[in-house]
Amino acid sequence: MFKTIAIRVAVTAAVLFGAASAHATDITGAGSSFVYPVLSKWSATYAEKTGNRINYQSIGSGGGIAQIKAATVDFGASDAPLSAEDLAKFGLGQFPVVVGGIVPVINVEGVKAGQLKLTGEVLADIYLGKITKWNDPALAGLNPGVALPAKAITVVHRSDGSGTSYNFTNYLSKVSPEWKAKVGFGTSVPWPTGLGGKGNEGVSAYVSQIKNSIGYVEYAYALQNKMTYTQMQNAAGNYLEPNAKAFAAAAATADWAGAKDFNLIMTNAPGADAWPITATTWAIMYKQAKNAEHAKAAFDFFKWSFENGQQQAASLDYVALPKELVDRIENYWKTEFKQ
Amino acid sequence: MHATTAPPEPGDTDVDLRGVRDARHDRLFRYALMACALLVLAALLGAAASTAWGGRLAFETFGLRFLWSEAWDAVNGDFGALVPIYGTVVTALIAMTIAVPVSFGIALFLTEVAPNWMRTPIASAIELLAGIPSIIFGMWGLFVFAPFLAEHVEPWVNDHLGAIPGVGALFQGPPLGIGMLTAGIVLAIMIIPYISSVMREVFLTVPTRLKESAYALGSTTWEVVWDIVLPYTRSAVIGGVFLGLGRALGETMAVTFVLGNAHQLSASLLMPSNSIASVIANEFTEAYTDLHRSSLIALGFLLFVVTFVVLAVAKLMLLRLARREGA
Repeated sequence: MFKTIAIRVAVTAAVLFGAASAHATDITGAGSSFVYPVLSKWSATYAEKTGNRINYQSIGSGGGIAQIKAATVDFGASDAPLSAEDLAKFGLGQFPVVVGGIVPVINVEGVKAGQLKLTGEVLADIYLGKITKWNDPALAGLNPGVALPAKAITVVHRSDGSGTSYNFTNYLSKVSPEWKAKVGFGTSVPWPTGLGGKGNEGVSAYVSQIKNSIGYVEYAYALQNKMTYTQMQNAAGNYLEPNAKAFAAAAATADWAGAKDFNLIMTNAPGADAWPITATTWAIMYKQAKNAEHAKAAFDFFKWSFENGQQQAASLDYVALPKELVDRIENYWKTEFKQ
Repeated sequence: MHATTAPPEPGDTDVDLRGVRDARHDRLFRYALMACALLVLAALLGAAASTAWGGRLAFETFGLRFLWSEAWDAVNGDFGALVPIYGTVVTALIAMTIAVPVSFGIALFLTEVAPNWMRTPIASAIELLAGIPSIIFGMWGLFVFAPFLAEHVEPWVNDHLGAIPGVGALFQGPPLGIGMLTAGIVLAIMIIPYISSVMREVFLTVPTRLKESAYALGSTTWEVVWDIVLPYTRSAVIGGVFLGLGRALGETMAVTFVLGNAHQLSASLLMPSNSIASVIANEFTEAYTDLHRSSLIALGFLLFVVTFVVLAVAKLMLLRLARREGA
């Protein structure tokens, strides 16, 4: 018994070390937890194909930025773009990696998924604590025919600092001057009202359990937990249900051409079919690579992911970058990065 | 040369040599023990000093206002520790209010009342409970206990206790199932094993002679416990209670799940709040600005201070008790 285990351990170790020695390069990255699932799926397939492994630590965007500034990793990943000054100061460049959607979810008896319509202003007023009942005239006016109860709304937000909150509050700041003045946007903001759930799972647990509540989660969580998501009115004035097509439309119609270093948060994108709360994560790398071999391997990995990773991204309810944006990024690599 | 053949001289015999060697070993042993104890002291001072140093930016920026400011605004960089301190202390108080009497009951039952065949299984069950990771308590609290409280307990609490003038303010508010009361109860369940196993151990040290004498004089079980067992073990019992309190003050994951993490100051125990440990756990990974990170580390330092103050007060109470008894 012991002998077989010992042999097994020895064999496993031999396989592992053998494999390790065959690897050309191990790339390290750190940062956002938002991209962690898709990065790890991409890197597993990529490692099978090329032998290059990507070791990604999902320590949070703040940590990722600190690590890349200290040059301890080959790339950082952040849910918020770095400012032009910060990029210039450290000689860094950044580009989007993948797109995801953030959706409002509710728990109101009798209201089905995709039935309730919300506008940005109404959503902001709910999160400001100005609209406190489900049968408020503002909500009822948008939703004729939906039976809304005369119950108090329990607002749920993220308690941990997160890219999801960053994009959600950024959207509210764009559509509501009052939100912008009173709260602003960031990974954690001074919420005027409500409960804080830890992580997407915390928010979805609170919303599922607390009757007459509203929250916001990444699209994948809403789907997996079969939550009641809402429609949103976008910048073009159309009501949309959240889906991959609407997220892709937001990524495609956002004004990337006018955004130096892709410094653009694509909430409230102008397209007719664009979901208004769409988010991305930026990879951050040195323009003058500290380790040329690693940098090249990292670029190869991202190029491979952009061109071959759509299926895997879709299976995790992310949306791969649209072709036009990928071309723009590859052009950015050529012009900005020394390879 | 054989020692036995040489003339006996002081300082040269086996016995004397052994004495010297033993003294040296004793000295080394003492140093080793002292090093072990100093390690704890060094770790404590090191942690306190490094959190104070890491939080210096927050202390410099806000000064003493950091202690009683309600603000926690990462966007505009305005931070204050009042809400987390309040939440930490209130949840720990609720936990102690429940855990101390229950643990006392458990320990007494196991040492004085329970039939022999029951003692070992229950004692092992308690030790098992102590080994459950706190995240499990958090998830249980969130998915099982909070909905139960929201459905069945809090509406009743609202209607009955909430109507009492004065105290009622503690029990008003929407029955969400998430809040300081839930966090306090979950904490109580977590610390009961610690307190009760310490109590059980020390109750076992009371000499049977003393107890039997009291019984022989016609005492009831309660009188034996109150007049014999408790005075005999008082300082160890209080030590156990403070072990539990320390854990309740510092608990992170379980509290984060059920406390609601809202930066609001409210009298009602049914409302969500925040605790020092859970603010740090929630926000540290995504704290972009130096001031935000520094304020979180400063909170960590304040947790040290709060725990230290609580323990110091307890020690003072003990001393005063001992003096009154001596007089």
